[in-house]
Amino acid sequence: MAVRPGGSDFSLRATGSVARRQALSRASRYVLLGASLVGVVALITLLWDTAAAGASRVSWDFVTSYPSRRAADAGLRSSIIGSTWVMATTILLAIPIAVGTALWIEEFAPKGRFLTIVQLNLANLAGVPSIIYGILGLAVFVRYFQLGPSILAGSLTLALMIIPMTVIASTEAIRQVPPSIRDGSLALGATHWQTVWHHVLPGAMPGIMTGTILAISRAAGETAALIMIGAFTFIAYDNTSLMEDFTTVPIQIYNWTIRPQEAFRENAAAAILLLIAAVFSLNLIAVIVRERFRRY
Amino acid sequence: MTEIRIDLRPAAQSAPAAHAMEPASRGHVIEPAEPAAISIDRLSLWYGHKRALTGVSLDIPVNRVTALIGPSGCGKSTLLRSINRMNDLIPGVRIEGTVAYHGINIYGKDIDPVEVRRRIGMVFQKPNPFPKSIYDNVAFGARVNGYRGNLDDLVESSLRRAALWDEVKNDLKKSGLALSGGQQQRLCIARALANDPDVILMDEPCSALDPIATLKIEDLMREIVKDYTIIIVTHNMQQAARVSDYTAFMLTDETTTGQLIEYGRTQELFTNPGDRRTEDYISGRFG
Repeated sequence: MAVRPGGSDFSLRATGSVARRQALSRASRYVLLGASLVGVVALITLLWDTAAAGASRVSWDFVTSYPSRRAADAGLRSSIIGSTWVMATTILLAIPIAVGTALWIEEFAPKGRFLTIVQLNLANLAGVPSIIYGILGLAVFVRYFQLGPSILAGSLTLALMIIPMTVIASTEAIRQVPPSIRDGSLALGATHWQTVWHHVLPGAMPGIMTGTILAISRAAGETAALIMIGAFTFIAYDNTSLMEDFTTVPIQIYNWTIRPQEAFRENAAAAILLLIAAVFSLNLIAVIVRERFRRY
Repeated sequence: MTEIRIDLRPAAQSAPAAHAMEPASRGHVIEPAEPAAISIDRLSLWYGHKRALTGVSLDIPVNRVTALIGPSGCGKSTLLRSINRMNDLIPGVRIEGTVAYHGINIYGKDIDPVEVRRRIGMVFQKPNPFPKSIYDNVAFGARVNGYRGNLDDLVESSLRRAALWDEVKNDLKKSGLALSGGQQQRLCIARALANDPDVILMDEPCSALDPIATLKIEDLMREIVKDYTIIIVTHNMQQAARVSDYTAFMLTDETTTGQLIEYGRTQELFTNPGDRRTEDYISGRFG
């Protein structure tokens, strides 16, 4: 038999300080689980509550009908079309500018005061409340450039709103591309731009996608900024151009929730369910696209 | 040997006259009998205020393997990276002296680093294949440099020269990252060879590899040095002795950072070092 170093009452059970520290360690697990549950429970409650109120209204008719004074006839057709127009235009405007900015900051910008100012500005802009962007959009796009409360004005406003957060997410992603890849490319006689185009951008793409989809989800649910520029209107036709007035799903939801009739609240709940489903789908697409880019 | 003139400038202009250098005072630094592929003259380098190289002068002979050895921080990697201007990428770098390639100072005013790097290739310490297919890894240099010939043939011949073809010929579409470490490093060598460079710089190419993979790379170096000039930085003195024709010993001491102590034929330097510090280092007394 092996000799016990501590005599006959030698044991390795936790005692004293070890026991106290282990108890704290075990407790921490439950505290942290509790913290995580707050978010999950809140989301489930919200969904449950909304589903109870609006699930019965979700139907193909609800999706394809124009808004109406009668709650039972009203639908999301014009707001879904409006949202699609606005989102597509916002993406086309914001992504190239945001990714271009991020590439300039990470790859080309000379370190100095100007770069610091740009970065500081972006960080602050990402935290500006959306209604401020609405005021800016109203003054600049709607009034000064006389675009009116159009899809273009709304998209420009939302693009301005999501550019800072997309830039920040993209710079993070670009920074993750290992320097060894850059070195390898440059050592083969590739120019700086060829290195960025063939290696840095593809390498950063999963991260850029993630940040972009988050920003788009935020824009998809944006209400305040669009109401500010005057998109709070009754639209009973399908949008066919960028210069038309428009409405979006979140605006339609807001519109319905402030009506006194109970039936409109049900409409709002049903629209919320569809909006959440759309945002979930966007996130799902983001995950799939990201995995594709990670193939190698 | 007839002198080859290569224009390193981005635009097609007339080549400047190669300028001769006054030989600097050289202690235990020999001048190789072979013509020089690279001629380094009183090269000093600073990272910001930190000095990394002090007045290094040596001639790298063509179609030979030249090893740079010395303890950590002696400046051997910095010296290697200054030969194809990879140090340019580090902010705050300042360089004095000249690195002449076929008589042209690559730090001259109208020299484009891209023109330098496509002729002076580099293999890094850690294998760094691109996260692309094996084929695309090898073809990348040719593609960005506007190669006009048959890419398939180029990929095959480069992989053959890097002694990797037989192992990957059926998996050219597979990711370069799916290969073993040794194969990855040979892929990186193939990638460098595909550019048809004159000179290949190798920064501790075997330090992340097992002994068998290391041996393969060393055999490969002996094989390809018939057509290329190779400069290798190594921590491994046995490797320097096995693989190189010439060896340069560098050192950082209390007074001088990154100086060249001794340079000579490898056999000579290892059996009969001229400087006391070289002897101490190669006999394992420090470093």
